[in-house]
Amino acid sequence: MSFLDPVRGFGVTFSHMFKKVVTEKYPEVRRPPAPRFHGRHILNRHPDGLEKCIGCELCAWACPADAIYVEGGDNTEAARYSPGERYASVYQINYARCILCGLCIEACPTRSLTMSNEYELARDDRQDLIFTKEMLLAPLLPDMEQPPHPMRLGRDEKDYYIGALTKPGTSIGAEHAKGEGAS
Amino acid sequence: MNLDQFGNDPWWLILIKVVAIFAFLVVMTLFTIWYERRVVARMQHRPGPNRHGPFGLLQSLADGLKLAFKEDIMPTLADKVVYFFAPVISTVTAFTAFSVMPLGPAVRLFGHSTPLQLTDTSVAVLVVLACSSMGVYGVVLAGWASGSTYPLLGALRSSAQMISYEVAMGLSIVAVFMTANSMSTSQIVDAQAHGQEVSWLPFPLPGWYAILLLPSFLIYFVSAVGETNRAPFDLPEAESELVGGFHTEYSSLKFALFFLAEYINMVTVSALCTTLFLGGWRAPWPVTLLGSGVNHGVFPVIWFSIKVLLLLFVFVWLRGTLPRLRYDQFMRFGWKILLPLNLVWILLLAGVKVMQGSAVPAGRKVLIIAAVAVVALLAVTLWPSRKAEPKPGELPPQEGGFPVPPLDLAVPPSPHLKRIEAQREPVSVGADSEESS
Repeated sequence: MSFLDPVRGFGVTFSHMFKKVVTEKYPEVRRPPAPRFHGRHILNRHPDGLEKCIGCELCAWACPADAIYVEGGDNTEAARYSPGERYASVYQINYARCILCGLCIEACPTRSLTMSNEYELARDDRQDLIFTKEMLLAPLLPDMEQPPHPMRLGRDEKDYYIGALTKPGTSIGAEHAKGEGAS
Repeated sequence: MNLDQFGNDPWWLILIKVVAIFAFLVVMTLFTIWYERRVVARMQHRPGPNRHGPFGLLQSLADGLKLAFKEDIMPTLADKVVYFFAPVISTVTAFTAFSVMPLGPAVRLFGHSTPLQLTDTSVAVLVVLACSSMGVYGVVLAGWASGSTYPLLGALRSSAQMISYEVAMGLSIVAVFMTANSMSTSQIVDAQAHGQEVSWLPFPLPGWYAILLLPSFLIYFVSAVGETNRAPFDLPEAESELVGGFHTEYSSLKFALFFLAEYINMVTVSALCTTLFLGGWRAPWPVTLLGSGVNHGVFPVIWFSIKVLLLLFVFVWLRGTLPRLRYDQFMRFGWKILLPLNLVWILLLAGVKVMQGSAVPAGRKVLIIAAVAVVALLAVTLWPSRKAEPKPGELPPQEGGFPVPPLDLAVPPSPHLKRIEAQREPVSVGADSEESS
């Protein structure tokens, strides 16, 4: 405490003029978000390209905002989309409702649904905010094949699920949008 | 500078000057808004507006255009004519006040020798004061004509503030008049050109009145902040506390006019401060060593602008640093501190002036100064001090230490109560009532 204290505030504001600005120049400079940032979702694939989603709707039931819509369909020998009996014939996430809480990720039994770091989800139309299965599915990596196709990595779905423990496919890179982390 | 050289210009030269001053003020307003936002942003670790034009310089132009194209709302209860003219009054007076600001010495302009100043009179500074007084009418009428409560109360606050601080402002200028022996702005600038020789000092006193009349300068600046309703004295328009003050009901271009008037007033008080205390358009001291060329041609306008911008920076600096005052503290500061201080300072200065002019021998002068000093010291030491108030954590001395009423406290009954009780039938309580039921 001294008699200069009332004036000292002026020194604080003046010196702060020459300090570094903390604002991020967002559109020009994009700093990566935290690795486990909750961005938009990804529907992952098995290493041969089959979808991991089995159409169980647990994500839709877990969703507190009612943002996920799933319709299950039966795999046949002629058209197989995922190992096992069922697959998701329709899968939609409405980003006008989604609060990006991640409860769907915790609910997913096959680690099919994960979240990326992509956060630029603004659209100028509500209809565009409903992301369909094609938009959510992870991109095909070089040794993947576009389903429908028969199971290539085993005899039945059990081989796939056990194999996923060592070869998780795209979901290992769940934290990255473009599947860069895939093994 | 002689006042004779004013009023001899041809009409087209006057027109050029008027348009130039108008353009200068409008550009200064746009620039000041940008400048304020950038500087305050830097003080808060932000970059400030930087999207439109180089360094965001066109931001205020874009804002102004947007404001002009917004819907103009006329409140149903408004007094239409007065409501329309109130912002016009504010803006016109704000522009008029700048007409007496000296931007430079006499120059050759299109074959005419003319000073860089629209006009000057022997009472030019009073013109500025008159304009700022007239500006209060704009505020009061705007609040009254809006036909709404908030603007009316806001206008009362604004006008009370502007009138109060105008008194302090006017008194702080008196010292300048006394020293410069003139009220003409150009002559006041001339009076600050050279240091004053004082018989009992070995060196000449500095020319700038900011140094020579430091108390006046400080009081002037404080009251100028109050006069222009700027932070920390922005109580009438406290965004975080009030709806918006006197211009709550205004929108679109009418609101823009109030905004313009406010910023022009800021530029005007800064320009007046430059003229009265900072040597006007004359180059500051180290630059004057380069020769007399720095005070010719366009250079004076540059020096003037630099000084005005520095003062505007102080305005912004105040806004970035100080929190807003409470209204009663603010009024007490204006009337009980600034005003008496000002009067005492003028009295002292008058005494010095009288002594300079008189033929009293030097020894006697020293005696007089010593006597004044002793009297002042006695007054300060013997001034009845305020009764010590109890500290926040400490209770006033009382029996038992706690402010509780005595146990046998007898509350006198209200006279009305006595009459009502007399008219009422006695109601039995307890055992009696149980028996009757």
